[in-house]
Amino acid sequence: MRVVFASGKGGTGKTLLSTSLALHMSRAGSRVTYADADVEEPNGHVFLRPTNVVKSLVTVPLPVMVMPTCSGCGLCQEFCEFNAVISLKDRAVVFPELCHGCGGCLLVCPEYVLGERGRDVGVMTRGRSGDMDFRMATLHVGEARSAPLIEALTSSLPADGVVIVDAPPGTSCSTMAAVRGADLVVLATEPTPFGIHDLKLAVGMTRALNVPSVVVVNRADLGSPHVLDLLEKEGLEVLASIPHERAIAEAYAHGEMALDVSPSLRRAIESLERRILQ
Amino acid sequence: MRQIAIISGKGGTGKTSIVASLFALAGRAVAVDCDVDAADLALVVPGDDVLREPFVAGRKAVLDCESCAACAECVSACRSGALELDTDTETIRVDPLRCEGCGVCGLVCPMGCVSYRDNVAGEWMVRRTSSGILVHAALGIAQDNSGKLVAHIREEARRLAKAEGHDLILIDGPPGIGCPVHAAITGADLLLVVTEPTLSGEHDLIRVMDLADHFMLDVNVLINKHDLAPRLTSRIEALCARRGVDVVGRLPFDPAVPVALSRGELPLVVESVAPHLHALGIALLGRQHVSPGVLPRREARPVDRGAVDD
Repeated sequence: MRVVFASGKGGTGKTLLSTSLALHMSRAGSRVTYADADVEEPNGHVFLRPTNVVKSLVTVPLPVMVMPTCSGCGLCQEFCEFNAVISLKDRAVVFPELCHGCGGCLLVCPEYVLGERGRDVGVMTRGRSGDMDFRMATLHVGEARSAPLIEALTSSLPADGVVIVDAPPGTSCSTMAAVRGADLVVLATEPTPFGIHDLKLAVGMTRALNVPSVVVVNRADLGSPHVLDLLEKEGLEVLASIPHERAIAEAYAHGEMALDVSPSLRRAIESLERRILQ
Repeated sequence: MRQIAIISGKGGTGKTSIVASLFALAGRAVAVDCDVDAADLALVVPGDDVLREPFVAGRKAVLDCESCAACAECVSACRSGALELDTDTETIRVDPLRCEGCGVCGLVCPMGCVSYRDNVAGEWMVRRTSSGILVHAALGIAQDNSGKLVAHIREEARRLAKAEGHDLILIDGPPGIGCPVHAAITGADLLLVVTEPTLSGEHDLIRVMDLADHFMLDVNVLINKHDLAPRLTSRIEALCARRGVDVVGRLPFDPAVPVALSRGELPLVVESVAPHLHALGIALLGRQHVSPGVLPRREARPVDRGAVDD
């Protein structure tokens, strides 16, 4: 069972909910894997504090010249859709940040002068947090494309047990990379015009990817009170709502788990658990 | 022309409401909403869109051919996982959400079955408002190419600012530190990083400052909701001092802010926050660029406290 926490708007409570659910289900005896797929700004480790950490580099393929016999024909430059290769008189120059690693330039090169090497784009971290298996990936600062790193993380996740994924905010390629393959997507939102507008976009994304989604409304008492009716009118299943509580905000600020200090958060997490186990 | 990009790393720290407030304070500027896959600035900047254009970027493979022998050469060559052989019907299907339009399938197909269609990745709009011009965009559902769309609307904003004599561009950036953020901050004169006093906020702020160093951009920091965790606020201030980064403002937490936003009003109508936003506007834009007419506007649209005699 893979549960992915996503949202259109950032800061709506993905990490709060995903770490709380992971801790709760792990305490209850489920085999839990927590994976932080918000590779640009991962925060799950702040709360789950993994130990026995092992790190490895994640690489993407990058074309390089392996033979000195380039004729400068220019076919590689002509082929590349991403303007990542330019062809000079006697060599091809590749811009790593633009390259999508499709391998097309190697295929078109008539002189077979191009090969590939791995270029590292981020770090994969594995460890333990209590009884749960902890994973995260961290994009190198300055790298542009996070989707390949997210795919490396999600493709390494176990097929059994409860797998909880914290996705990056938004609705485009990196969020989709984290959401693909989910059995259930939990969309966190808040009852402001921003939250609702972005929730609709996120719902559109989950529908395009054909994965079921439920909604959790965070800070439900700050903003417009009519939001819940509106969501249900749109045919969305609102699983829980959590009020704004100083105790949650304080625990969150200091990297503590808010689960034990907030009964309303606990109730929300328990209804998520019931939905997952049903 | 001065370009200020407002980013945060962590989402939900208040970028958009701060950009909208600065835009109102400046009175004469161009604002660009670069968070194109969750664009919210237009929700709090009233006005009419006077231009709406489709944004075409990239292309998608189309396999439509009588002579396809389902040899699946394309399936094994595609590294995006966008092609799939359906063994029941002996046909090959394209998943347009995965296709990056690289052209490898067309290259390897022995029957010449593959063509490519232009991809409409979204649309972009120009809005006339009382404070100037807002350029915003909406990425299509489940589309990529957000970086290209950001670069495109920033170019449009520069063109409009030049044509109409605006000397300030305010950029509402996306969260994160990846490609749409790069597109939003390249060539900016100043980054204003909006953070919050949480360990997550601090962690993400450090990565954003590293990104700014990578692109060699100047950074100012604004600490939002500073009174929620005063000790973490001091810690972030110390961090900024160590890195030679100016903290140009602190905003208090007030539950009236989300309530105001829900009514389509800016934080400038909230009494506890407005003076700090005003000071931020002066610190960032200079006194001559901050319209003095904004505070009286607060009286024109009062917060409803039940009083009728003001």
